[in-house]
Amino acid sequence: MKIEVTINGQKTVLEVAADELLADTLRAAGFASIRRGCDTTNCGLCTVWIDGKPTLSCATLSARMDGHDITTIEGVAGEAEAFARLLVAEGGEQCGFCSPGFIMTVLAMKRELADPTDEAITHYLTGNLCRCTGYMGQLRAVKKFLEVRS
Amino acid sequence: MKLVGKGVPKIDGLAIATGKPLYTEDLAPANALVVKILHSPHASARIKAIDTAVAEGVEGVACVLTHKDVPKVRFTLAGQTYPEPSPYDRLILEDLVRYVGDEVAIVAAVDERTAQRALELIKVDYEVLTPVLDFEQAIGHPSVVHPETDLHCNFDIGHDRLRNIAATHKVEVGDIAAELAASDVVVEETYYTQAQAQAMMETYRAFSYLDHAGRLVVVSSTQIPFHVRRHLARALELPASRIRVIKPRIGGGFGGKQTAVVEIFAAIVTLRTGRPAKIVYERKETFTATNSRHAMRLKVRLGADRGGLIRAIDVQCLSDTGAYGEHAPTVFSVAGEKSLPLYNKARAVRYAGHAVYTNKLPAGAMRGYGATQGCFAVESAVNKLADALGIDPCELRRKNIIRAGEIDIYHNRILGSSSLDRCIERGRELIGWLDKYPRRDLGGKVRAVGMAVTMQGSGIAGIDTASAEVRLNDDGNYTLLLGSTDMGTGSDTILAQMAAEVLETSMDTIIVHAADTDVSPFDTGSYASSTAYVTGMAVVKAAGELREKIIVAAAALMNAAPAEVTFDGSILTGPAGATITLAELAQRSVVGPDRRQLSGYASHGSPVSPPPFVAGFAEVEIDKETGKVELLDYIAVIDCGTVVNPNLARIQAEGGLVQGIGLALYEDVKYDERGALQTNSFMTYKIPSRKDIGTVRVFFEESYEPTGPFGAKSIGEVVNNTPAPAIVHAVRNAIGAWLTRLPLTPEKVYAAMVK
Ligand code: FES
Ligand code: FES
Repeated sequence: MKIEVTINGQKTVLEVAADELLADTLRAAGFASIRRGCDTTNCGLCTVWIDGKPTLSCATLSARMDGHDITTIEGVAGEAEAFARLLVAEGGEQCGFCSPGFIMTVLAMKRELADPTDEAITHYLTGNLCRCTGYMGQLRAVKKFLEVRS
Repeated sequence: MKLVGKGVPKIDGLAIATGKPLYTEDLAPANALVVKILHSPHASARIKAIDTAVAEGVEGVACVLTHKDVPKVRFTLAGQTYPEPSPYDRLILEDLVRYVGDEVAIVAAVDERTAQRALELIKVDYEVLTPVLDFEQAIGHPSVVHPETDLHCNFDIGHDRLRNIAATHKVEVGDIAAELAASDVVVEETYYTQAQAQAMMETYRAFSYLDHAGRLVVVSSTQIPFHVRRHLARALELPASRIRVIKPRIGGGFGGKQTAVVEIFAAIVTLRTGRPAKIVYERKETFTATNSRHAMRLKVRLGADRGGLIRAIDVQCLSDTGAYGEHAPTVFSVAGEKSLPLYNKARAVRYAGHAVYTNKLPAGAMRGYGATQGCFAVESAVNKLADALGIDPCELRRKNIIRAGEIDIYHNRILGSSSLDRCIERGRELIGWLDKYPRRDLGGKVRAVGMAVTMQGSGIAGIDTASAEVRLNDDGNYTLLLGSTDMGTGSDTILAQMAAEVLETSMDTIIVHAADTDVSPFDTGSYASSTAYVTGMAVVKAAGELREKIIVAAAALMNAAPAEVTFDGSILTGPAGATITLAELAQRSVVGPDRRQLSGYASHGSPVSPPPFVAGFAEVEIDKETGKVELLDYIAVIDCGTVVNPNLARIQAEGGLVQGIGLALYEDVKYDERGALQTNSFMTYKIPSRKDIGTVRVFFEESYEPTGPFGAKSIGEVVNNTPAPAIVHAVRNAIGAWLTRLPLTPEKVYAAMVK
């Protein structure tokens, strides 16, 4: 079937199968930043924004995206890089495989929460797993990011 | 030093963090066939018949391969230096399946949907056999996991196929029975550690194609490109010269990718069809059909005198290697080798036992590689001994630990460096041991602290070899060629830091290339905590050689003796103020006849494997109503020699500690009664999330390792080991009962509490 979606500000018509998942559709459309770490909505690697809300693209049917607005990390490159610099300065990306999904959640959190506590930050980001870093470095980077920007 | 010791950001950090297409799957050709595997539903079965005709008839299916279509030469997938100590107990496909998940058929089709459909259309007629599932029953069990007679071992590893013994190992120094008998106090306990999934975020994947010369090119997310080439050559009966292995960015490994799990399947499809092929394992396949940490049972006996000197250490170990023996003998021996030498006042030590086959997921390499298991058992026993003697466990360690300059009884080698005593002291202060030990009862909850120490190694003594090349390019920049794999550890960055330090240049003048077996200098691979130490020394030597050559070349141009020339990294200065810039020298070295591009090339192997050390301290809070253990605070004080890059070392440590916390508290491997892995997703197999870990704090107590690059030792694995024993110790201090089986689920803690 055909769907009309806006991806990173660009209106696009895509041909998708009825049972196709958004993660696959986006990767096939050339958005290589979409990673998958599970098939069970546990890891958060595949996070993108749908109408501005962080959403797991591995658990979203592409067919339902008709008329919706999708943002991948490629669409917020400047802001993503600003945070990535802080993350990298901490060493908070190791293999980096979880980073794009994590960054999309961090940027969404920044829009959603004003002046969050450590607990609120951790709570917001809980759905984003990382097997490499042990999370502490990511938290340090997020806190710097929020201070820098607020 | 200008760069060594600085928190330089990773050279590929921004690109990987922002999702650039750099990993294996991103690079696969769009027209690659999709390869899928049919996995066995039975723990043990003989394939009586297999019918692929319908599957092959599906439009878009390129090939379906079964045990009838593959070479008949046995091999091991363990990424180890040839001749591998692991048994050659595998075929690509076989008519016998040995665990739920074992490979039955390989399908390749134009797309995922078609491949999946074809898989479902293969008909297999199994004769279901009785499996061996309990590793404590494996030796002498009537069911034999490997009945085949063509299994082969490169060494005598004490393999006894008909008794399900994959490997046997024994080290005994001194008279253990006599020392135990003469001890004032003897403690004894049996400990169990579970299998643990490496659970790297990027699952196993590879793709392959034939190049312009008809050679097989395999691109893989692997820690061991050179070993993969050798495995492929043997298993596919192809000369190694016809194979090229490339590793791009890697989404984590933790030892899992030291076993070549999927490369052969893509490669055989490319060889059979002539077409590009790719394989990407799902998470469920990664849990059920690859490899994990070895589960172990360790029986420890410690003998000590009343003053607290440990005189005898005896460990009897049984290790579950599952259906295949990758890393079975070596993980087994490391469990003793990296835990017994810590207590060097002992007059007798013994470590012995077997690794056994069962009809379960094969075990393989995982961060800590046996040392984690050995450390858990020995440290728990030492804490128990402290109780028995009424001595503070920090004090007991101070009395007994090996010191720099001592000869360790286990290896009979001198210890070059250690600051473990300082690590213990500092950790003790940081956690507030004096105020908190052993417990504070808060009514419904109780808080307590516990501790443990550990050691690992840096590379494999006498075996690991790495080579490195540094070239001076025509424009005055350098290319650093490596054969090691950066799995996210930042090893490419720290190796570039070392080269830049020697050449007195900046990071941006060094181009790092790793790894491609056609181009890269040989490296055994990134495992055994070897990269910073072994490859690092190769880099230091290669950069040093190039530096000399630069000076000699400049001296020749100035008609001076090399000793008269100085080099500050960009300008060479000779007698009477003569100067030449590096850029000019570089340019002149590649122009005209009789010129020669300058490069340094060196190999390094080490006769020793200097141990890094950690002192770990845990503070826990236990809910008396539920048995739930909450980790409040974890402190690790680490001796990894010189800290080459503090930011990257700290993250390495934090990540390893959290994996150790997962082992201690959450990661629970469960099988059903038929031998199927129940914990086959992140729904059921719980790795720690950011809410589960409390605060993890890392500190360094530097030492200087004389055999390491700039005094450095390793850090990758050692950080994995202390959480389990330290948390068990804290739980014991909280509830008064010792737990001996990991993980410490609330049920187990509650049961121990009310007993
Ligand atoms: S891939 Fe894991 S949550 Fe989407
Ligand atoms: S950096 Fe590797 S999983 Fe997060």
